[in-house]
Amino acid sequence: MKLTLRVWRQKNADADGTMSTYEVDGISPDMSFLEMLDTLNEELILKGEDPVAFDHDCREGICGACSLVINGDAHGPERTTTCQLHMRSFRDGDTIDIEPWRAAAFPVIKDLVVDRSAFDRIIQAGGYITAPTGSAPEAHATPVPKPDADLAFEHAECIGCGACVAACPNGAAMLFTSAKVNHLNVLPQGAPERETRVLDMVAQMDEEGFGGCTLAGECATACPKGIPLMSITSMNKEWLRATRKVKR
Amino acid sequence: MARTMWDSSVGKKTVMAVSGVIMLLYLVAHVIGNLKIFFGPEEFNHYGHWLRTVGEPFMHYEWTLWLVRIVLLVAVVAHAVSAYQLSRRDIKARPSKYVHKKPRASYATRTMRWGGIILGLFIVWHVLDLTTGHVHPGGFQEGHPYENVVDTFSTWYGNVIYIVAMLAVGLHVRHGFWSAAQTLGVGSRTRDRALKTIANVLALLLTAGFIAVPVGVMTGVVS
Ligand code: HEM
Ligand code: SF4
Ligand code: FES
Repeated sequence: MKLTLRVWRQKNADADGTMSTYEVDGISPDMSFLEMLDTLNEELILKGEDPVAFDHDCREGICGACSLVINGDAHGPERTTTCQLHMRSFRDGDTIDIEPWRAAAFPVIKDLVVDRSAFDRIIQAGGYITAPTGSAPEAHATPVPKPDADLAFEHAECIGCGACVAACPNGAAMLFTSAKVNHLNVLPQGAPERETRVLDMVAQMDEEGFGGCTLAGECATACPKGIPLMSITSMNKEWLRATRKVKR
Repeated sequence: MARTMWDSSVGKKTVMAVSGVIMLLYLVAHVIGNLKIFFGPEEFNHYGHWLRTVGEPFMHYEWTLWLVRIVLLVAVVAHAVSAYQLSRRDIKARPSKYVHKKPRASYATRTMRWGGIILGLFIVWHVLDLTTGHVHPGGFQEGHPYENVVDTFSTWYGNVIYIVAMLAVGLHVRHGFWSAAQTLGVGSRTRDRALKTIANVLALLLTAGFIAVPVGVMTGVVS
């Protein structure tokens, strides 16, 4: 396959960026999207040019590092992570636009790499449980009803990639935050911090400069892990419940 | 608790949802009242008079009406201020646009802001036209709403302003009702279809019901 790539290039956080055009040839439809970019970077390095910076780690769809907006879609045309997207989803001769996540709370560091530490701070605000650590407890010590376990598991699938923020017209982190809140709030292990968790995580989300939810639904469409839009509804419910319970 | 509400984006959205639902309930009552115009001046004007005497003898003349007006004013202001502040935050959170643009979200969702502004302007014009009479075409007659309505819809601009605003109401309610259910945490996977259907039916009935009046005047059914 022969492709034309238009890639966002930006030297550093303070520099202005532009879309630069590159041609790549000899791309196999079996390559992953990131392998295609590796091919481009090898050529750039041979020519003595600066390779395109992009985030990646596991390349298995589980770590949440990869983060490209491809032709206007976060993670591209398939409902998966960028690393699990394959070139067979494109056609020979296509022009592909590649941009970084766009949100005030995710500033560009270089080219296609953005700073997602705002997510870490949301997790630090309440995305944990105060359980004693050490050896694993006996599995049946704390019974969890099957529907709750399923619900928690569905939300635990969130890999913190930030595609929801990138896709949202308001740069909102509601889907991510709701996935984390619901995951822990539905489990008995998460019960002691049920109220403070949702209040603190939402407050941190606002503090980081993410936008609010207008129920446009773009986040859930982009999410590679299928976190449902209704997850936000559940978080709103938890938040309203917590404001009634906790005096501040 | 009030501070937590107003300072949080989730709380402010709750204010927007509650005030929106209050206005929505009012609109349902309003459209039912409006349709009485098809039963002639006597019934309609009598209904207008009754609105002022509701609650008597417990309430004094017009007290109930003023109570409703105050609640509505608070709702409109709370709704508009929270909408403005939340919109500001949303726009700031997404400063640079994607080079590769795609059409996003449904028409009703994308028009909430402009539609809301149109509705806000409409509310002002509407009150000045049919409540106070300041911008009313022809002689405004206190206590004769039937004749006043006929005057308004005998002008082309009266019809245009009103019909555009009522289409905006339909779109606003279509996204707004379902949206408010999510904000208030009453939506769920099993209820989603029902909520969307109710939103569509409400939007359609409100728009059709309100537009029936100018159409009635234009076609001479109401004169
Ligand atoms: C003063 C004029 C108005 C303005 C400026 C306005 C503006 C807005 C805006 C910007 C939104 C948020 C849309 C979004 O989240 O995408 C909204 C939501 C809403 N509006 Fe209005 N609107 C106005 C009048 C009305 C009226 C007359 C009604 C009554 C039917 C109404 C009912 C609603 C409802 C129920 C919501 C949903 C709240 C939520 O998303 O939780 N609005 N409005
Ligand atoms: S909710 Fe989905 S899109 Fe958002 S961070 Fe989690 S996995 Fe990524
Ligand atoms: S590189 Fe780990 S999810 Fe894509």
